Amino acid sequence: MRNVPSLELVDRVAAGDIGAIARMITRAESGQEECRPALAEIYRRTGRAHIVGITGVPGSGKSTLMGKLTATIRTTGRKVAVVAIDPSSPFSGGAILGDRIRMNELAGDKGIFIRSMATRGSLGGLARATLDAVDVLDAAGFDLILIETVGVGQDEVDIVQAAHTTIVVSAPGLGDDIQAIKAGILEIADIHVVSKCDRPDSNKTIVDLKGMMTLGLNFSGNSNWRVPVIATSALKLEGIAELVEAIGQHRKALESSDELDARRKRIAERRMLKTAEEILRDEFEKHRDGKVSALVSQMLAHKTNPYSAAQDLLAEIRMEK
Amino acid sequence: MSKNSGIIRILIAKVGLDGHDRGVKVVARALRDAGMDVIYTGLHRTPEEVVRAAIQEDVDIIGVSILSGAHMTVFPRILELLKESEAEDIIVTGGGVIPDDEVDDLKKLGVKEVMLQDTPPQNIIDSMQRLVTERGPR
Ligand SMILES: Nc1nc2c(ncn2[C@@H]2O[C@H](COP(=O)(O)OP(=O)(O)O)[C@@H](O)[C@H]2O)c(=O)[nH]1
Ligand SMILES: [Mg+2]
Repeated sequence: MRNVPSLELVDRVAAGDIGAIARMITRAESGQEECRPALAEIYRRTGRAHIVGITGVPGSGKSTLMGKLTATIRTTGRKVAVVAIDPSSPFSGGAILGDRIRMNELAGDKGIFIRSMATRGSLGGLARATLDAVDVLDAAGFDLILIETVGVGQDEVDIVQAAHTTIVVSAPGLGDDIQAIKAGILEIADIHVVSKCDRPDSNKTIVDLKGMMTLGLNFSGNSNWRVPVIATSALKLEGIAELVEAIGQHRKALESSDELDARRKRIAERRMLKTAEEILRDEFEKHRDGKVSALVSQMLAHKTNPYSAAQDLLAEIRMEK
Repeated sequence: MSKNSGIIRILIAKVGLDGHDRGVKVVARALRDAGMDVIYTGLHRTPEEVVRAAIQEDVDIIGVSILSGAHMTVFPRILELLKESEAEDIIVTGGGVIPDDEVDDLKKLGVKEVMLQDTPPQNIIDSMQRLVTERGPR
């Protein structure tokens, strides 16, 4: 496929054409003006998919679990897409994306689509174009979209602002404490998973986590949902069906309360804010040698101040629109 | 918002039976350090798996490493599968232990570059960048 205009990809995306889906995601990642109208059209066609975020520290078994989870969900006929995000190197901007290694067994199935993404310097665990990619996959008819992100700390969990259901994975053997507590990401879970429960030391992790839960720490902000703790073993294929069941139950709980709409609203708000920030950053770069430079000189001469200068810059940008 | 454009995506796979990937990991790291996104798919991949992954990931380049001597069957198969999928714009490169005369044969078939075990990482990086530039935008 060579140089097809993005707008021409839209119908092919909607028809589930794998090459078109993949190329559309690449275009979204490139962030070029050319793909905006196509992404707008794609956004119009979204809203069906259940978006599930899976987070946890590196090595907790997320990718392996997603491989098994995806295979199990496929047995019910639903189409599943995976977006696996890994951090870029802060030095070169490049990345090694290795999550697919754990999901290779899924390769032959047309109802499965896996895409690796690098964060490219954006914070919060998501890449700038992650939600555009999710839109593409939603419009392409995937019923479930799983997003894998590295969750290393409270400021790093944009996933809750992106997913309908958030799963936090904790693993035994990665230190004394439950890493999720340490990282402050315990609270974001709609579902807790303790992975690698084939390991003898997994019991302590399960007990600790359940202890936290019975303290009444039901954080998920949804009163008709009790956050379950599910022990899984990708090795022994244990707990996977239970997890699939819990994901479905959570979706139902969201739908039978106001919570799904509340979360959709939260996601939309967040996207608008993030996009506005990006536009502003791009405009700033565009004006760097012009208006920005002029205002900076005035600031250095104390003829203006940061607040007024920012207002002037915003006014300048608005005048050009 | 064009900060992300022009980033080269490359899929690295090991096809065949040999079970160590130290060499390809060194290459993967070098490519990452040159600013590329490297999708590493691990050991023992089949041509079918490589091509499906490459299409889903929409990579610019596939880099296949083979040490087990199956290159004269593996590369033609990959090229054939790409053609069937109308994905011939994905550049195919190879590496490993390949005799000189077969390097020529592979290039005739459409493998764009063959890196041997002693090819310095910088040459590999340069080749990848040159190949993508030659292909042009897509
Ligand atoms: N014993 C055991 N090891 C596992 C299990 N799941 C994953 N692992 C191992 O944990 C390591 C990290 O797995 P990975 O899925 O890459 O973790 P991620 O970084 O969270 O995506 C790998 O070596 C896996 O083989 C499991 O259920 N049991
Ligand atoms: Mg992973």
